[in-house]
Amino acid sequence: MPLPADVDTSSPRHLRDKYAIVGVGETTYTRGSGMTTRSLGTWAVRNAILDAGLKPADIDGMLSYQSGDSTFAPFIAGDLGIRLNFYMDVFGGGSSTEALVGIAMGVIEAGMCKTVAIFRAMNGFSQVRIGGTGARSAVPVSSDMLHSRAYGWQSAGQMFSPTFLRHMYDYGTTPAQVAAVRATHSAHASNNPKAYYKKRVSVEDVLASRIICKPLHLLDCCVETDNATAIIVTGADRAKDGRHRPALIRGVAGRVCKPRIDMHYQHGPISTVAGKYAREILWPNAGVGPEDVDVTGSYDAFTFTTMLQLEDYGFCKKGEGGQYVSDGTIRLGGKRPNNTSGGHLCEGYTHGMNMVIENVRQLRHDVDDSCPVGSDGKRKHTYDYKEGGCRQVRDCEVSANLGWAMPGTGSAMVMRRG
Amino acid sequence: MPIQAQYLGMPLSLDDLEVENLAFFKHCAEHDFHLQACADCNLLRYPPTTACPWCMSRDAKWVPVEGKGAVHSYTEVHHAIQPAFKAHTPYLVLLVDLDRQLGKPTEHDALRVVGNLATSDGKLAPPEMVKRVGIGTRVRMVFTDVAPGLALPQWTIDDTAKQPDKPWRYPQE
Repeated sequence: MPLPADVDTSSPRHLRDKYAIVGVGETTYTRGSGMTTRSLGTWAVRNAILDAGLKPADIDGMLSYQSGDSTFAPFIAGDLGIRLNFYMDVFGGGSSTEALVGIAMGVIEAGMCKTVAIFRAMNGFSQVRIGGTGARSAVPVSSDMLHSRAYGWQSAGQMFSPTFLRHMYDYGTTPAQVAAVRATHSAHASNNPKAYYKKRVSVEDVLASRIICKPLHLLDCCVETDNATAIIVTGADRAKDGRHRPALIRGVAGRVCKPRIDMHYQHGPISTVAGKYAREILWPNAGVGPEDVDVTGSYDAFTFTTMLQLEDYGFCKKGEGGQYVSDGTIRLGGKRPNNTSGGHLCEGYTHGMNMVIENVRQLRHDVDDSCPVGSDGKRKHTYDYKEGGCRQVRDCEVSANLGWAMPGTGSAMVMRRG
Repeated sequence: MPIQAQYLGMPLSLDDLEVENLAFFKHCAEHDFHLQACADCNLLRYPPTTACPWCMSRDAKWVPVEGKGAVHSYTEVHHAIQPAFKAHTPYLVLLVDLDRQLGKPTEHDALRVVGNLATSDGKLAPPEMVKRVGIGTRVRMVFTDVAPGLALPQWTIDDTAKQPDKPWRYPQE
């Protein structure tokens, strides 16, 4: 894809296409991994290195993110015999993946190291549950948390719901429109043997499931799982000799915030999310716009998060997100499928990295697990998206991942087929 | 003075370095809602912070603010996460636009104060009261006394105010 004519190639934005994701790897997505996050992380990073066709000695940088629920990079590096020239373990959950890709590009650009492994390892079901049950809810409520947790306002769903409800109020978004996100992602997951939930569900199933906190039904909420995920970022020049076609990084934005991020509800409209600000960085950096994107990975901690981000990144007009996610556009076979793996709602919860992995494989034209393998060793995609069938998007050239931490904070990344 | 207390079986604490939060909750304990007003630009802010988000001034004074407003948005919790709240479901977490400083300094700004829907004596509201409240409902502040120096600001239906004909509620009960 040539650069648009109006692009200033002397600007730092010319990092576009200069870095790539060359390897991806994950563990199984389970409940009850029976192993430590260190063991999970080692497994995923090893898989990513093997996927890239690299050796441990080729990796000299490592990044991870966590919320006090995981292991640190030196343990993974030590276990795999990797000597690091750079590492950093950052505090963060959703929206960290895309932001850390940007950091990896920066440290390689600065000459600090050459190839960075990024991982997220979590026992999100059997140890620290993101929903806040168990250990997290027993912690004393202190300091600034007195303005939230003391009101029974703690879990992600509880904290985000005022934004979700206000979107319904401001724009007439309906429960059924948003439930279509779960129905769609479950159809995608039914074509993904790795997915934790592979059963297709209907909009009616979502609406009939019990209310967790309005407007969220049980099936509007993602799964909690034990797993680790990893990606390998390196320069496009090094990527040329890789095992797979590289996924070239067009541009990143992260972690972009709304005003008053200490308590973002102080500034409105609260039915608008950080994507409104991130898109002003993302699309110019990437040199493409929403219309150029073939497949999206809009974060689906909740059905609403997918809808809100697609809307605020400009895939549809403001207020029309409910229509966009329910009119067939985001289904496999539709104009621009979202989360073809089933995402957090169905595949597994990894704070966003599994959606990046899925899109890297989409851009390789190698996401399929079901279509027949030809004599050349490559999948012959049927593009038949029936249950248990294909999930490769036809002619997939450009992807966009939209990461979410909360309504006020998000990250994003555009990649293209190398 | 540091504060350690129990509320609904949940440990709450404030250590003595929490100067801003201690001042905020001390006024609440006196059932006299105060917010920080910037000493330079005079704008109020919520929750307590260490500088003015509009002019960066570190100087502020505590001023009384009338606890009246309208529900901007909410969530109605049916599946409580914290053990303390499980016996009180469904409960409402309200985000209330104070009348004071509404739409200032920009049209999108408001002092949006968090609280549960409560009875006039500060207890979590019963289910029949929860059903009456939605976006637009006029509310007034009440307080839940927790310990000396610590009360939580809460919201109850303002029976003296003109209420919307039908506040907006999530369509599925």
